[in-house]
Amino acid sequence: MDNLDFVSPEIFISLSIMFLLILGVFKKNSSNIIHNLSVGFLFITVVLILNNPFNENTKLFGESYIIDYLSSFMKILTILGGAFVLLISSRYLKLLKIFQMEYPILILCSILGMMVMISSNDLMVFYVGLELQSLALYVLASFNRDQLKSSEAGLKYFVLSALSSGLLLYGCSLIYGFSGSTNFNIIADTMSSSQYGTTFGIVFVLVGLAFKISAVPFHMWAPDVYEGSPTSVTLFFAIVPKVAALTVFIRFLYVPFINMIDQWQTILIFLSIASMIFGAVAAIGQTNLKRLVAYSSISHIGYALAGLSVGTNEGIQSSIVYISIYLIMNLGLFSCMFMMKRNDEYYETIDDLSGLSKNHPLLSLSFLIILFSLAGIPPLAGFFAKFYVFKSVIEQSMYFLAIVGLLSTVIAAFYYLRIIKIIYFDEEKEKYDTDHGVWLKISLTFSTLLILFYFIFPSKLVEMASRINII
Amino acid sequence: MNFPILSSLILLPSIGALFLMFAKEKSNETSNAIKYVALFASFVNFLISIYLWYLFDESTSSFQFIEEKEWLRGFVNYKVGIDGISILFIILTTLITPLCVISVNNTVTVRLRDFLIAILVMESVMIGVFCSLDLVVFYLFFEAGLIPMFLIIGIWGGTRRVYSAFKFFLYTLLGSVLMLVAIISIYWITGTTDIIQLYELRIDTKYQNLLWLAFFSSFAVKTPMWPVHTWLPDAHVEAPTAGSVLLAAILLKMAGYGFIRFSLGLFPIASEVFTPLVYVLSLIAIVYTSLVALMQEDMKKLIAYSSVAHMGFVTLGIFTITQQGIEGSIIQMISHGLVSAALFLCVGVVYDRMHSRLIKTYGGLVSVMPKYSILFMFFTLAALGLPGTSGFVGEFLILMGVFKDNFLVAVIASLGVILSAAYMLWLYRRVVFGKLINKDLLKISDLNNSENFILWCLAIPVLFFGFYPEPLINTIEISIKDLIEMYNFNLNMNMIEVENNG
Repeated sequence: MDNLDFVSPEIFISLSIMFLLILGVFKKNSSNIIHNLSVGFLFITVVLILNNPFNENTKLFGESYIIDYLSSFMKILTILGGAFVLLISSRYLKLLKIFQMEYPILILCSILGMMVMISSNDLMVFYVGLELQSLALYVLASFNRDQLKSSEAGLKYFVLSALSSGLLLYGCSLIYGFSGSTNFNIIADTMSSSQYGTTFGIVFVLVGLAFKISAVPFHMWAPDVYEGSPTSVTLFFAIVPKVAALTVFIRFLYVPFINMIDQWQTILIFLSIASMIFGAVAAIGQTNLKRLVAYSSISHIGYALAGLSVGTNEGIQSSIVYISIYLIMNLGLFSCMFMMKRNDEYYETIDDLSGLSKNHPLLSLSFLIILFSLAGIPPLAGFFAKFYVFKSVIEQSMYFLAIVGLLSTVIAAFYYLRIIKIIYFDEEKEKYDTDHGVWLKISLTFSTLLILFYFIFPSKLVEMASRINII
Repeated sequence: MNFPILSSLILLPSIGALFLMFAKEKSNETSNAIKYVALFASFVNFLISIYLWYLFDESTSSFQFIEEKEWLRGFVNYKVGIDGISILFIILTTLITPLCVISVNNTVTVRLRDFLIAILVMESVMIGVFCSLDLVVFYLFFEAGLIPMFLIIGIWGGTRRVYSAFKFFLYTLLGSVLMLVAIISIYWITGTTDIIQLYELRIDTKYQNLLWLAFFSSFAVKTPMWPVHTWLPDAHVEAPTAGSVLLAAILLKMAGYGFIRFSLGLFPIASEVFTPLVYVLSLIAIVYTSLVALMQEDMKKLIAYSSVAHMGFVTLGIFTITQQGIEGSIIQMISHGLVSAALFLCVGVVYDRMHSRLIKTYGGLVSVMPKYSILFMFFTLAALGLPGTSGFVGEFLILMGVFKDNFLVAVIASLGVILSAAYMLWLYRRVVFGKLINKDLLKISDLNNSENFILWCLAIPVLFFGFYPEPLINTIEISIKDLIEMYNFNLNMNMIEVENNG
């Protein structure tokens, strides 16, 4: 009998989902309680994860489920991201009149799916986790169901995502056919020489995964879905599933197929360069902040993939550092967006920011810091994220990737500067409300300070990441 | 010496800025208090830097006041220190900043607090650039300056401020990212980014050319060299007076400093290869931008173009790799820092009164602003390098160095001296002398106390170092001598290696 202690976080979160569902059915007007309870449950899950021995490589259930430092780290990142999404979005949901008890439960479901994905060491387990999180996300995207755009976003996401899941599953079956197993470790053992069939399988799985993290050319859904979904769901989309999918990327490429790096490296470099450039160029013309965030997240994923394409532990670590800093920056950016509220109505085009700095100096300062950080200007956190990635890229003499990546940061800087210009240089408009929730203020302050003062302790995060050794 | 004097120089302005963050800008009293806090922080910094110069040991070329602290673990250390080359730039920075703070009295009316915060942060960053002894730390400071400068131009600038701010930011960023690639490459080639260690390790010859070009792309934009100088006139014209002063006096010097410290110090063989390129670009800059300056109708633009020409002299002097040439370049940079700052302030003075930078608005100022005319005259003459001003010392030494190296280049460069006299004197004649046609000019007043004070603060060192440049030369002499020795040693080593292989 396997030691179930190791999966106690997953078990706990499943039980809490069931409990909350029952509570929601039997108790009227329970959305507030469920919302708060689910945040509490998420934090308990974090404690349970921390309670597990950290450095051991424990494989459970016929080696199909793995608990190691990478999985614990990424799970904590996922859960904290999810918890902050819940914490800062309650007022937004109330004002949009979609503050329902299903919302936190769906988020919990999707987080459970991601935890399974992160820990999977088997194609089947991975697929089950992926589908669990995706199904919850379809519903979340169309959560504001009276709005045409939201329903459209849900439907669009569902159709395209189902297609990509199909491709992914086809790839899995090819890999199974050529290796005789779905377990990552066993596949690794049988992959002595490369076979074309396996390469095809890898490509199909990569396509599916690239879709989930919206890497170019599989990004088409992202702008529409980001724009159509309620902002709190957009925030969730922008940060949490990416962390999980990136972990799967790492595990899938580096455990079974590390010996075939010459086969998939080119694909990853292409995905990375295409995402960086396309994300940067396409964002220039946007007028809606959420669409802009979609394109900016596409280009940021490009940088994370650049780290993954290197094929060394340093590359993986830099990519994990990147996604962690990216998560904090986006949390801050969306906290700012949640503050763009006037008379209980939210504004989301870039022009609504016009002259913000005159009426709201602190909010604009946070915006400024976060945007410069997203653009990768030193000494803010975003610079260090890029710095680590390019450090590992250049180590392997991949100069082309490094130069293209850094040049695309210049293009990207343009549209971040455009927002700053609108905030700081343009004429002011009416004031926004200032009665924000405590958690919204906390998350904005926290993320801004973290970004601003990251340069004082730049080694902490890297040290944590440097304990991740996959190869 | 355990007291971290350099780090306190870097930190002090930022701490002042932090204090200002908490100030509320409401009444006159608080805005005065804000000014005093900023002035206090920057002035104390100036005193510390003078004390630093006093402590500075001129008899050695090794780095002094070194502080080292673990930063990016196992990779980059936070390391600062100074030698003869950097200390003068630090003093220039700490001298110019308080003057900028005083000058806001007359020029900045809106969001004073934010403006002073930006200036103080800028000072921290600039001092950081000049004393960092690690490539990554250097890059960090070098780039961080973009943020406050972007805001200074964009928020307090003129009518086309947005265009200029964007152009400034994107040009500089584009130049710098290649330098980042080069810095990381150096780390992987040599295993360190510590400048002192890199001076001892010799970077492999086959990498040097590309690395040199990557650094060059960044410094050339910042200098600015022809043909990537076009951001400078725009940025200068649109920036508020204090912004122009910082930009001309200090920001441009970062690149000259970078050429000496990195291009010559780290890549001697490549520097030798690319010297003709730098010569050609510098000569074009000197002659072409001087001609362009002649034709300008906007006073600030004229001075901006003259800055490009003066920086052309600087790059020319640096790449002669002679004692006189490099000494001259450094003195020219210090002198240009003082003089161009003063000229921009002079333009600012009349701009505040008339709200026009066009030369044709003025004429006959001598009768209404006698004090102003005297000081403006002095700085005009200093800009064209009249003997007795610091500008002469720099230009003379540079030309001496160039003559040693290449006669033809020196002849063409000397043309620039004549041209600079032409455009500066013509500017002065059109603005100050002639008939007073514009009746509005009759209403304006002469320099007020603070303007007078600022301009004299700049005039005294210009005059002093013009007659007695010894203190400057003594400070830099040994550092430059050793730099050149190291440079020639590396070249010889390379020659020997090539012979052995061939």
